[in-house]
Amino acid sequence: MIRYVLVRGALLIAGLLVSSLLIFLTLRVFPGDVAQLIAGTQASPAEVQALRESLGLDRPLPAQYLEWIGGLLRGDLGTSLLSGASVGEELLLKAQVTVPLGIMSLVIAVLIAVPFGILAAVQRGRRGGAALSFGAQALAAVPVVWAGMMLIVVFSVWLGWLPPQGFPRTGWSTPGKAVESLLLPALTIGIVEGAMLMRFVRSATLQAATQDFVRTAAAKGLTRTRALVSHGIPAVGLSIITVLGLQVAGIIVGSVVIEQLFTLPGIGRMLVADVGTRDLVKVQSELLVLTGFVLIVGFLVDLLHRTIDPRQRES
Amino acid sequence: MMPRWLPRLWQTPTGRFGLIVVAVVAATALVSVFWTPFDPQFSDVRARWSPPGWPHLLGTDDTGRDILSVLMAGARTTVFVSVGAGVIATLVGIALSALGALTARWMRETVAVLVDILIAFPVLLIAMMISSVWGGSLWVVIWSVGIGFGVNIARVTRPELRRVQQSDFVLAARASGLTSGQSLVRHLLPNVAPVFIVQLSWSMAVAVLAEAGLSYLGFGASVVDPSWGLLLSDLQRYIGVHPLSVIWPGLAITITVLALNLLGDGLREATDPTLRHRAAETHTPAVVA
Repeated sequence: MIRYVLVRGALLIAGLLVSSLLIFLTLRVFPGDVAQLIAGTQASPAEVQALRESLGLDRPLPAQYLEWIGGLLRGDLGTSLLSGASVGEELLLKAQVTVPLGIMSLVIAVLIAVPFGILAAVQRGRRGGAALSFGAQALAAVPVVWAGMMLIVVFSVWLGWLPPQGFPRTGWSTPGKAVESLLLPALTIGIVEGAMLMRFVRSATLQAATQDFVRTAAAKGLTRTRALVSHGIPAVGLSIITVLGLQVAGIIVGSVVIEQLFTLPGIGRMLVADVGTRDLVKVQSELLVLTGFVLIVGFLVDLLHRTIDPRQRES
Repeated sequence: MMPRWLPRLWQTPTGRFGLIVVAVVAATALVSVFWTPFDPQFSDVRARWSPPGWPHLLGTDDTGRDILSVLMAGARTTVFVSVGAGVIATLVGIALSALGALTARWMRETVAVLVDILIAFPVLLIAMMISSVWGGSLWVVIWSVGIGFGVNIARVTRPELRRVQQSDFVLAARASGLTSGQSLVRHLLPNVAPVFIVQLSWSMAVAVLAEAGLSYLGFGASVVDPSWGLLLSDLQRYIGVHPLSVIWPGLAITITVLALNLLGDGLREATDPTLRHRAAETHTPAVVA
C-alpha cells in the first residue's frame, strides 16, 4: 500500500508539474510579447516597456516560471494585472459559491444516477428499462446551458418558485436565500451529470448481476432482485467511486457555463471574465488551481478505491 | 471497397438513427449554402418575435431574423466544427498512440504517463487557455476538442495498436522486409481503425456540445457566424418574455449530439466482434436479472 501511495503520488506531482508547464508555455511563452498583448495595440512603446518591467516580464522565462511556482508553494497566487488585487483572496471568496454549488450538484447527480441506473439494469429487456436507458442517452446529449434555460423557464418563468438568476448580496449570512439561488444551477448540473453517471451505474449493475456470488445467492433461494440488491450493489458502489473523478471534472466544466447563465459570483464566472480581459496572471493561476483540483481528486479517488477494494489491496 | 461493418451498422437501430440524423444535418448544411427560407442575416423589424407559423415556421427572434433559416445556416458551422475537430483529434490520436506503442521503451512509457496526465485536462479549460491568448473563434473550439479528444483516442488505441503490433502476421511482415512505417500504414492502422472511428464519432459529439457552450460564453462563433450556440445565447436574454423560442436551437444541438453518440455506439456494436457475441447471448434466457 505504501509503495502504491508513493508511485501514485509521484504521478500526481508529475501531473501538476506538466500542467503548470503547459499553462505557462501557452500563456506566457507562445504569445511572444505578453506586455504588448496586455497593454493593447494603442499603447506607446514606453508604456509597454514600463508594464514589462513592473511585471518582471523582462527577466528570463525560467526565472519567471520558478517565481510563479515558488509563490504557489507559499500560497501566493499572484496579483491581478488590472486591479492589483490578490488572486488567492478572490479565489477564496468565489469558492464560497462554487464549492457549495459543486457539492450540491454531485449529491443530486448521485441521487438521480444510483436508483435510476439500478432500475434500468433490473428492468433490462423490458419497456421500462429501455425507456430509462434512452432517457439517460438523450439527457447526456443536452447542452448544459440549454438544460439550465429550460429549468429557468419551468421553475422561474412559469411556476415562479425559484429566482431565475443571481446570488444574494448578503451571501451566506442569509443561508436560506443562498441555498435557494443555488438550487436551480445545482439541479441543472446534477441532471446532466447524473444522466452520464446513470449509464455507468447501469452497466456496473449488469456486470454485478452476472457474478458467480449473485448467481449462488439466487440459487440458494433469494429472488433475482433480492440477490442483486443485497450482494451485487456493494460491488456497484466500488465502480461508481472510480468514475467520481470524471464527475468532478464534469462538474467544474459545468459550473463555468452555469455560473454565467445564472450570474453567480463563482470561480467559473471569474475565469470567464479574466479570459475576456486577458488578465493572464490571474488566468494562469486559476487554470492551475482548477486542473490541480481535478488531478488531486483523481489521486484521492484512486487511493480510496485501493483502500476499500480488498482485491486491489492484495494485488 | 465497402467495409463489412457498414451493412451491420445499418442493422442496429442506434446506428441507423445516428446515420440518418447525421445525413440530414449534413444535407441541411449543404442546402443552406444555396437556399434558406429567409436570409439568415436579414432582420425584419416589423416581424420581431413572430410566433411559429407561416411564413416563419419556427418564428423569429428579437431582431426579426427567421429562426429556421438561422438554424439551417448554423448547421454549416456545426459540420465545420465537428469535422475540423474530428480531423485534429485523428491526427493527435494517431501521433500519440504511434509514439506510445511503436517506439523505444523509454519513449513509450513517457508518452503513456503524459497521456494519463493530459486526460485530466477538461476540453473547456483547454479552450479557455487558448482563447485568453488568441481570442475566441471557431478554431479555438476545433483545436481544444481536437487536442482534448485526441488524447482520449490515444488512450484507447495505444494498447490496441500494441496488441496488433505484437501479433504474428505483423511479425511475419516485418520478417519479410517491411519497414515499420510501411507496416504501420498497411497492417496496424487498418486493424485499429474500428476502435478509431467509434472514438471519432464521439469526439464529433463533444465538438458540437463544446461549440454551443463556448459560443454561449463568447469564445466560440463570432457575431457574423450563424451558430446554434450563439442563437441560444441571443434568445436567452429574452427568456422571461419569450421562453419558448430557446427550444429550437437547443433541440437541434441535442438531436445532433444524440445522433453522433448513438452512431458511435452503433459503430462499436457493428465493429467489435466480442460485443456482437454478447448481444447474441441476450437472446438466450438470462440466469439472473
